[in-house]
Amino acid sequence: MNSFLTIEGVSTDELSGLLDLADEFVDVLERPIPKVPALRGRTVAMLFFEPSTRTRMSFERAAKALSADTMSFSPSTSSLSKGESLKDTALTIKAMGADALVVRHKSTGAPWRIAEWTGLPVLNGGDGAHQHPTQALLDALTIRRHFGTLEGLRIAVVGDIRHSRVARSDVGAFTTLGASVTLVGPKTLLPVDLTGWPVEVAHGIDDVLDHDVVYLLRIQKERGGASVLPSLSEYVRRFGLTRERFDTLPERSVVMHPGPMNRGVEIAPEVADHSRSLVEPQVANGVAVRMAVLFRLLGGEATDV
Amino acid sequence: MPEVMDSGDMNRAIRRMAHEVVERNEGASGIVMVGIHTRGVPLAHRLANTVGEIEGAEVPVGTLDIGLYRDDLAGRPTTALAHTGMPVDLDDQTVVLVDDVLYTGRTVRAALDALADLGRPRVVQLAALVDRGHRQLPIRADFVGKNLPTASTERVRVRIAEIDGSDGVWIEEAE
Repeated sequence: MNSFLTIEGVSTDELSGLLDLADEFVDVLERPIPKVPALRGRTVAMLFFEPSTRTRMSFERAAKALSADTMSFSPSTSSLSKGESLKDTALTIKAMGADALVVRHKSTGAPWRIAEWTGLPVLNGGDGAHQHPTQALLDALTIRRHFGTLEGLRIAVVGDIRHSRVARSDVGAFTTLGASVTLVGPKTLLPVDLTGWPVEVAHGIDDVLDHDVVYLLRIQKERGGASVLPSLSEYVRRFGLTRERFDTLPERSVVMHPGPMNRGVEIAPEVADHSRSLVEPQVANGVAVRMAVLFRLLGGEATDV
Repeated sequence: MPEVMDSGDMNRAIRRMAHEVVERNEGASGIVMVGIHTRGVPLAHRLANTVGEIEGAEVPVGTLDIGLYRDDLAGRPTTALAHTGMPVDLDDQTVVLVDDVLYTGRTVRAALDALADLGRPRVVQLAALVDRGHRQLPIRADFVGKNLPTASTERVRVRIAEIDGSDGVWIEEAE
């Protein structure tokens, strides 16, 4: 494999190896000069066909901290708006000398197609409601750095599971690393078919307030997540992590969120800013895991990731 | 496969190198031993312990993985990174870089780049258990355990007890 497209099928050893590598990059990012020459002369192109702030900036930062050059592309100002096909766009960027592509697209599978067409290493930066593998890595790294291991932890993922590529990817990474996962959400926001998901299901956040990690997802209005809810206040009543609920969590439990947050909906503002919220470490660790993946794919003859 | 150093030879060489480090630096103060992964690390610990015994001082040991600084990354399989860590701030310290075999000098070149990103030592010196020649860069060692003339077709194998279970240095014909 010379691309990083999905967390599915990645073994425990491979995942742990990537997290070990990312741990070293966390150290690099904390140095006075947070930059190493590992990918000097390589070019990473960012193809974000769907809006993104943190993922795109995080990949840019990761590439630059490895001394790679970056090129960026945004659909609204590009020839896509003149009707150029996805394939032509990808091949054009390849012809400009990109060595790897980071792709985000609203359609499931788009990064695979682009990898086929271009033959370049492709990093999936999120495809539709399908996969977001570097998010899963950064979440796993954040939990591992906090608890030391994922083995035996109980992790609750709460919210709009059906439309969430984060949930899909996180479940894969967390369970591969030995945690047990409970999915929590209204029936309308859980996947229709949960066969093959190695998870338990609960229908109210009150059922998981004894878990080690409460991972909150955003209601995805752009993917129709809000339309299936009776009302936001009804959602908060059953699924929101309010201050009162937070106070009943065990001392060792932590709260996570992939961002962007709807403060006051899935997470109370003071919970988001609490010292047991790992939201900020998640963002910082995102840069380190993306460095790890870029280094694995471009740092030599790419072997298995 | 002739053995060119056995365990006793290695111990004596390390002891002599430790004395040379102390002599050159007029003591142990300000010295940080920095081992280059993999086999430079246990060697750095042994040198630090011996220098420490001679001077009655504690000599800090750092570790350096040069994987992010190589000039030959393309074309070699990427391995995991070992831990890079310095126990003290390197600014104005005397860093003694330690590696098992000094050959082309490219590893040392990479290590110097890596060090420069970690701090600004007052001086950097180089200790190598074996200097086998064939330099491709203008780099030389300050402290050498054994000068070992080799053909570039030969390979030098170093075993260190902490990693390999026993000590010794061999020359092998490359296949």
